[in-house]
Amino acid sequence: MRLPSGPGKRGVFSKSSAVYGTEEFALKAIATPYNRRLHQFAVFTACVTLLLIVAGALVTSNDAGLSVPDWPTTFGSIYKMPHMVGGVKFEHGHRMVAEFVGLLTIALAFWTWRAEHRRWLRILAVAAVGTVIVQGVLGGLTVLFYLPATVSSAHAAVAQTFFCIAVCIAMFTGRQWVEETPQVEIDTRRPSLFTLTLLSIFVLYVQLILGAMFRHKGMSWWPHVVHAAVVAIVLTWTSIRALSVYSRIEAVKKPAILLLSLLVTQLCLGFAAFLTRVAWGKDSLQPELPMVISTVAHVAVGALLLATTVVLSIQVWRHVPVAFEERAPGRERTPQAA
Amino acid sequence: MNRIRFAFLGLLSLAVLLFLAGCNKKENTESTQPTNAPASAPAATPIDQATVGSVSGTVKFDGAAPKAQKIDMSQDPACKGTNEAENIVADKGDLANVFVYVKDGLGSRTFDVPKDPVVLDQSGCKYHPHVLGVMAGQTVQIKNDDPTTHNIHPTPKDNREWNESQPPQSAPIEKNFAREEIMLPVKCNQHPWMKMYINVVKSPFYAVTGPDGKYEIKGLPPGDYTIAFVQEKLGEQDQKVTVGPKEAKTVDQSFKAGGM
Repeated sequence: MRLPSGPGKRGVFSKSSAVYGTEEFALKAIATPYNRRLHQFAVFTACVTLLLIVAGALVTSNDAGLSVPDWPTTFGSIYKMPHMVGGVKFEHGHRMVAEFVGLLTIALAFWTWRAEHRRWLRILAVAAVGTVIVQGVLGGLTVLFYLPATVSSAHAAVAQTFFCIAVCIAMFTGRQWVEETPQVEIDTRRPSLFTLTLLSIFVLYVQLILGAMFRHKGMSWWPHVVHAAVVAIVLTWTSIRALSVYSRIEAVKKPAILLLSLLVTQLCLGFAAFLTRVAWGKDSLQPELPMVISTVAHVAVGALLLATTVVLSIQVWRHVPVAFEERAPGRERTPQAA
Repeated sequence: MNRIRFAFLGLLSLAVLLFLAGCNKKENTESTQPTNAPASAPAATPIDQATVGSVSGTVKFDGAAPKAQKIDMSQDPACKGTNEAENIVADKGDLANVFVYVKDGLGSRTFDVPKDPVVLDQSGCKYHPHVLGVMAGQTVQIKNDDPTTHNIHPTPKDNREWNESQPPQSAPIEKNFAREEIMLPVKCNQHPWMKMYINVVKSPFYAVTGPDGKYEIKGLPPGDYTIAFVQEKLGEQDQKVTVGPKEAKTVDQSFKAGGM
């Protein structure tokens, strides 16, 4: 079923509703002008956040997490640049990029708060600042408590959550989101595509935590490898459903194609990371370049995969709302004697 | 109302940061001071020096020793010279860096903790020695002879973990370990190839094999003992031995390549 405009209460549509396509339900009604500079700044913040994830992965892969033993200071100073050699260049480099992302996030929140009409977006921008503070504190705790696996894994998971928030802000401030009239098709299948995208996000988070626990020596490698099969099945199911049924909707088609491509890339990188770290690298004396490259790329593509799934989920929520049957309350359906 | 909430959250975050920074400082201050053996430590059990014997021998590696892997130190230009893996050092079958100690048989005897520290040196971005023995409570003096900063990070199971940086030409760091622990790993996170092991024992009856695979444990009172030979990659092997009065016992040991 194809409709010219989106639902007022997005994501759920009554099959018996008679008001499809009315102006009342059009998303276009949001009176938000496109702010090109704000959007570009949000995109820049998201890109630097991906760079920060790469910098963090470099710290772990080079076993440099405690090369700077103190926090929030670096070798007792908050402004002095240390000698950037050995593990220090990775750890302090990560801290510098993190501080830059923190500043960008504060600027983005401030700008969004002043320039945006959409209250929920302003709240999201402030939530991004909260997330970046939590992330900074987790990074500090992991140094102060000598890299406990649970804290380090939480640091890895919140990093990718923050990246998803940054990507979402970039998407919500984009011209397409602000100015398009959403092309809407009702989803009558079960499970719905929206449910599948939520399931995809869930299995990706589980996979992220399993991978982080393994990387931080809190768990064996096999749960991450076994769960990779679950991730592959769920993500393939989601993207194939999106492409086979809703390929006419560009906003759904593009992230679905990207999701499938990233999934294949990520599986290959995961295999390479397994070989270089678990199979060949278990007795290595120091972090070797093939292991560092494959594991860092695996983390970065993992972050892109999660963010793409979140984007797909939001686009599905917007363009492919779920149909539901209107049901009369039980007592009304049962004939009652007068 | 929202502003007050945000301000409160901000202040709370700041307080958490300051508290954590404070905790870290306190930890560092405490850990730079070596704590001597507890004042309430029982007096050492007397040993009749006229009857003491010794245990000595050679530790061998059976089979072809693996070729030592070269270490790439290019990530820090201050790390000069060549460096090779020390996880298995076996020259002509003589196995070095094996920690040998009396594991069992000393009963409830107690021993004085030596006042002299044992020295761990960092030179050529390498630990000297690679395997170290020390009594619980004895001071370990850590020096940095390199023109670069190291950090010393023991990762014990039974002792307290710590991690401190040591810039070039700085004063030695002095530490001790309160509890017995064998093959306690120590690493430098700035130079990930730098690894060594500290063995913390309750008695002075221990030794580390030299490049010739030889060791000697002197001053052992007569008795039945279990001697443990521990190698970082090859694991532990034990031997029972009876030492008579003034007896010099020879106890050799060999590790097989298959134990890796």
